[in-house]
Amino acid sequence: MGKIYNRKKARAYREFLYILPFLILVLIFSYYPLYGWVYAFFDYKPPFPLTMDRFVGFKWFKSIADSPTKINQILKVLRNTFAISGLSLFFSWVPMAFAILLNEIKSKGYRKIVQTVTTLPNFISWVLVYSIAFNVLSSTGAVNSILMSLGVIDTPILFLQSSKHVWFRMWLWLTWKNAGWAAIMYIAALTGIDEEMNEAARIDGASRIQIIWHITLPSLLPTYFVLVMLNLANFLSNGMEQFYVFQNSFNKEYIQVLDLYVYNIAMGNGGYSLSVAISILKSIVSLILLCVTNAFSKLVRGEGFI
Amino acid sequence: MSRKHYKTKKRKMIVSPEDRLITAISYFVYTLFAFVCFYPFYYIFINSLSANDLSERGKVLFWIKGLHFKNYVDVAKVPGLFDAFKISVARTAIGTTLTVATAAFLGYMFTRETLWKRKLWYRLVVATMYFNAGIIPWYITMRNLNLTNNFWGYILPNIVAPFYIVLCKTYVESVPKELQQAAEIDGAGTLRIFFQIMLPVIKPIMATVAIFSAVNQWNSFQDTLLLVTDTKLYTLQFVLYQYITQASSLKALVNSSSASSSMAALATAQTATSIRMTVTVVVVTPIILVYPYFQKFFIKGIMIGAVKG
Repeated sequence: MGKIYNRKKARAYREFLYILPFLILVLIFSYYPLYGWVYAFFDYKPPFPLTMDRFVGFKWFKSIADSPTKINQILKVLRNTFAISGLSLFFSWVPMAFAILLNEIKSKGYRKIVQTVTTLPNFISWVLVYSIAFNVLSSTGAVNSILMSLGVIDTPILFLQSSKHVWFRMWLWLTWKNAGWAAIMYIAALTGIDEEMNEAARIDGASRIQIIWHITLPSLLPTYFVLVMLNLANFLSNGMEQFYVFQNSFNKEYIQVLDLYVYNIAMGNGGYSLSVAISILKSIVSLILLCVTNAFSKLVRGEGFI
Repeated sequence: MSRKHYKTKKRKMIVSPEDRLITAISYFVYTLFAFVCFYPFYYIFINSLSANDLSERGKVLFWIKGLHFKNYVDVAKVPGLFDAFKISVARTAIGTTLTVATAAFLGYMFTRETLWKRKLWYRLVVATMYFNAGIIPWYITMRNLNLTNNFWGYILPNIVAPFYIVLCKTYVESVPKELQQAAEIDGAGTLRIFFQIMLPVIKPIMATVAIFSAVNQWNSFQDTLLLVTDTKLYTLQFVLYQYITQASSLKALVNSSSASSSMAALATAQTATSIRMTVTVVVVTPIILVYPYFQKFFIKGIMIGAVKG
């Protein structure tokens, strides 16, 4: 008995040794950086090592609250973040609508083609999206050329160098990139619908709109609910890549979202400590959002998404 | 309800105006959407092959005008582009191999009930999906580890990818337990079961993870931006971004000094537009080539992910 027990134990530890190198990688690259949060409590200037005499306590957090210009700037950044996240949330039904419409297309070949074409943009980088935007929207690009040859406009519109409708245009690019791919998630849910149910409804005289409204749409709502909850949990995190590549001196006022702001103040004037302080505040709020939405999801669906 | 009655009813429905409207809307919306997604790629592609004086003035909209391939010859002369291509290929190949191998192995190990404190380690890994220390602490960590301006800075942080591990674990769990048990009775150890029994069975999910991971590696931009100042380590994405913002200064470097102003020379002399378009095609082509072939793997991947989520 004891011998078997020992052998089992030895195997348990041996198996642990197999995964240990990977756990060390996780500790180094995901957990160890959390230690960097202490920089928010120091006056950190890059090449010098961190010493106790540079400890400043909550100075950076206080400086945010005390300086009207900083508050003003952060309010602007928050306004942009809320506007862009809010737009995506408000239009989060768009991929679902795409999926429903795709489901109404009966030609299999056509479906396959449009599905392939509309999901492609999801797999190119934001840099490529920007390059495409630059090429298509520049003063001699396709959009301006077509509009001018149709006589709609006389002078080219400088789409990218404008401060107008920045949030909406950022939402449009995001949708261009993601909507086709997001629709696939719903299409997966649609294949789960029992064809007999549609058939039965049809026999009972339900019109196509009624079938969409009473059968198709309700079967997609659980998926939609989860995605909206995830959207809410990530409300403050728009990522920085999209906004970094699209930013220029014309649209800076409107495009700077929280993630980009954290990068810009760190790189722009070496405000490492302030930047870390702001990202700590962001993490705390994000964590609360995640817990709240997860709890809400548990309440409604009986299970969370974590 | 007689069979005949049902049939006429169905036929009536197909021709009803409401029905036609829905079909028309579906086709219209999707044709428009597909066009908007497809045309930019097509536009850039035909421009990269057209006469450069025409493309610069925005005259190439629907088909190639003045076909020539000189742009693709000249693009090799753009400083740094070939090096960047090598770096991007290397990080994609090495990074993807290590990430997939790790995801498969850990996905398997986390199903081993014999593993010491299995649940704890699994949670430790999966939890990293939900938090992130922020870019500055991450940057400082990388600098302390000497991974700034270092090729391994592209690879090491990406080796353990929790989402892929979850995908693999879900897949391994769907494999009948008897397969492992039989091997165990035959005396196979943990590693032998992995290499000889599991690996052949979980190939489909490994293909899915490989594609996801390769696309991520190829597209990655932010790590170069944060970690690398050494131009030799620039990736294609990063170089493309620089070209877009400074293409006008590049054309002087690429055009030979003896360029005359004859019509023929104008058509092939590099312009800011032609360089931008051609480099864009070079960067996007690998994705477009692998994409249709691997689309089914992607879809399988999100379905497994959706079931899990």
